[in-house]
Amino acid sequence: MNNLEIVKAGLNKRYAKERRFKFYGIFSISLSLLFLFFLLFDIGAKSIPAFTQTYINLDIEFDKKSMKLQDQDSYSEETLFSASYSKLGRNALYKLFPEVTERKQKKALRQMLSSGARYDLRDAVLENNDYVGTTQNLWVLAGDDIDAFVKGLIDRNIPEADRRVKDYQVKWVDILEAQNKIERRFNINFFTSGDSREPEQAGILGALKGSFYTMLVTLLLSFPIAVSAAIYLEEFAPKNNWWIDIIEININNLAAVPSIVFGILGLAVYINVFGVPRSAPLVGGLVLTLMTLPTIIISTRAALKSVPPSIREAALSIGASKMQVITHHVLPLAMPGILTGSIIGMAQALGETAPLLMIGMVAFVADIPQSILDPATVLPVQVFIWSDSPERGFIALTSAAIVTLLVFLFFMNLIAIVLRKKFETRW
Amino acid sequence: MKKSLIIASTIAALTITSSAQAARDHIDVVGSSTVFPFSTVVAETYGKNTGKPTPKIESTGTGGGMKLFCKGEGIDTPDITNASRRIKSSEFELCMKNGVTDITEVLVGFDGIAFANAINGPSFNFSLKDVYLGLAAKIPAEAYQNGTEGDMIDNPFTHWNQINANLPAVKIKVLGPPPTSGTRDALQELAVEGGCKNYPAMKAMKSSDKSQYKKLCRGIREDGAYVQMGENDNLIISKLTKDPNALGVFGFSFLDQNGDKVKGSAINNSAISFESIANGDYPVSRPLYFYVKNAHRGVIDGLDGFIAEFVDEDTFGEEGYLTDKGLIPSPENIRSGFAEDALGAVKLAL
Repeated sequence: MNNLEIVKAGLNKRYAKERRFKFYGIFSISLSLLFLFFLLFDIGAKSIPAFTQTYINLDIEFDKKSMKLQDQDSYSEETLFSASYSKLGRNALYKLFPEVTERKQKKALRQMLSSGARYDLRDAVLENNDYVGTTQNLWVLAGDDIDAFVKGLIDRNIPEADRRVKDYQVKWVDILEAQNKIERRFNINFFTSGDSREPEQAGILGALKGSFYTMLVTLLLSFPIAVSAAIYLEEFAPKNNWWIDIIEININNLAAVPSIVFGILGLAVYINVFGVPRSAPLVGGLVLTLMTLPTIIISTRAALKSVPPSIREAALSIGASKMQVITHHVLPLAMPGILTGSIIGMAQALGETAPLLMIGMVAFVADIPQSILDPATVLPVQVFIWSDSPERGFIALTSAAIVTLLVFLFFMNLIAIVLRKKFETRW
Repeated sequence: MKKSLIIASTIAALTITSSAQAARDHIDVVGSSTVFPFSTVVAETYGKNTGKPTPKIESTGTGGGMKLFCKGEGIDTPDITNASRRIKSSEFELCMKNGVTDITEVLVGFDGIAFANAINGPSFNFSLKDVYLGLAAKIPAEAYQNGTEGDMIDNPFTHWNQINANLPAVKIKVLGPPPTSGTRDALQELAVEGGCKNYPAMKAMKSSDKSQYKKLCRGIREDGAYVQMGENDNLIISKLTKDPNALGVFGFSFLDQNGDKVKGSAINNSAISFESIANGDYPVSRPLYFYVKNAHRGVIDGLDGFIAEFVDEDTFGEEGYLTDKGLIPSPENIRSGFAEDALGAVKLAL
């Protein structure tokens, strides 16, 4: 047998091997895609109910007596703020269903409306002072049980005793529906308000802003520090120096430390020693900075290493100083790699809850944070808190919060990709 | 690049200066995850009614909350801690040692621990002894097929009807909380230990060898019959709907919200309900408290107002809005006593 024959005899086998190898690759890619699509589809589908909200149309009579207001022509802002609004919604419902007299049923009728309806009515009056003493046709937020029922999340065919919406409530909803007095609208609340214990009033804005401030602090601190550290270690630090080796080993190890350890460190140092306010995005950002530093340092060093030595040498040969070589040539060329590393670090930080537990950011914060010093929570914590809440409406809200988190991440990535494209150079 | 460095250093400088005068304009609450759902509703209502900053509620667990609360009296410590049990004497001493001498105790109400399974599954009526024999790691030998009295054996039961012929013939599978949870403490101390006490030998052991008694009477089996779930009770409920024979252990408020999917088991012939927990017929329930640092009253704006909102009849009374969230109110005379204590800042003495 000559060589050609030997090669030919094995050729089919080698081709088959290659085909199999390709197939394995395609198979694993499609499997991961399948998982991804399944996950996204599941979360997306579950989040849909959260984006609409049930409203009931009522003729609200803003009479001074139920609002506990003195008989005057005009009222100051404070008087209107502290007036009583709790009776207005229920009075309108009692009028609509005058046949309901039994105490328990009356309570059920009251609960058709959200407990937050009174604050909406208050806001409406504060905006239009002339509502006082008149009757207005308004759409009022429905309670979470009614909302779940209208969305079809509560089955009307199961026995009444096992259902949170009773038969008489089902009847009222049917009557309202027949009169077109109940409708589902886009849930604007979700994007404009902070957390609430009532699913129909809960919004993501507080957590979104909390995440934004936390990420801002993290980025502003970790990016410059990490890049400077990496430049020093890569370009200036003496080689084969015992101290530098120790530092390098430590940075590599830090990248693998469980994140909760950084939380404990943050509690001990930032809060207990420096007295940074607990639960604030500032302390969250400081802790997450510790966590992202090693990631960015390692990837920045890799990016700096990948800049061809010829560029450095050319610049040095025409008389550039070391500083000029770095800032004018090496750093801009390494920028795409640095940005990729930073975005990986930031994405990790965005999804982190464990270290925040120690510094008090796993908390119920209803007010929307206005600065990096206000108490705040972040998106993954909001997901955690909502997923652990008993009310049915929070299941959809949990998925909607995950969707928001993914969109936030998407925009962060988008910015990094745009910047990367801007800096990218080919040679 | 230069710009971001400047911004970064400004922030760093800000950090250090802000620490000096970090006056707090919101109320700071920490503590039990069981009280968390109730505390947050009150906080939200208070914030919306008054227009003041909504109190911040952290869910740290009862023990973690006590540690933070008892750390000292400065405004960087919490004003209130929630607890799903009474303050321990060791915690009280820690408070005293750190200068937190004036605290007020308020009983919020009660929480029942439900043993529930899917609505289409068999119905259970346990005695506490059944629960003990089903869940304990080691049981007295005499409980199983005429074993020798006095010996302890590894729990051999696999089906509920082996323990008690009146129970359904289904496999023992209980989904419950992990050891970090207050619900798990209640399961161990109230249900499992409650059943354990039925054996005179064990009762005798309590006075002779307390640590051994605790180990035997509270130890939960680890052979797969008790499945430890995360802290997420919604997850337990969704697992229960898929396996009608499995039982889940969680707080009453979750049962109350999910009555269309799961049903609670009766304990000692008493079905779990609002009324049976309130009047004490249902044996597995625990008190919920909060503790106020009186030195912070008048210092933290709105603290008195928040407490007043919490102990209002419309909040924690029979018809209060906390009952809509699954809180079981305490009897009226006890309730009004605690409300007076809370408003009058009565000092707790153990």
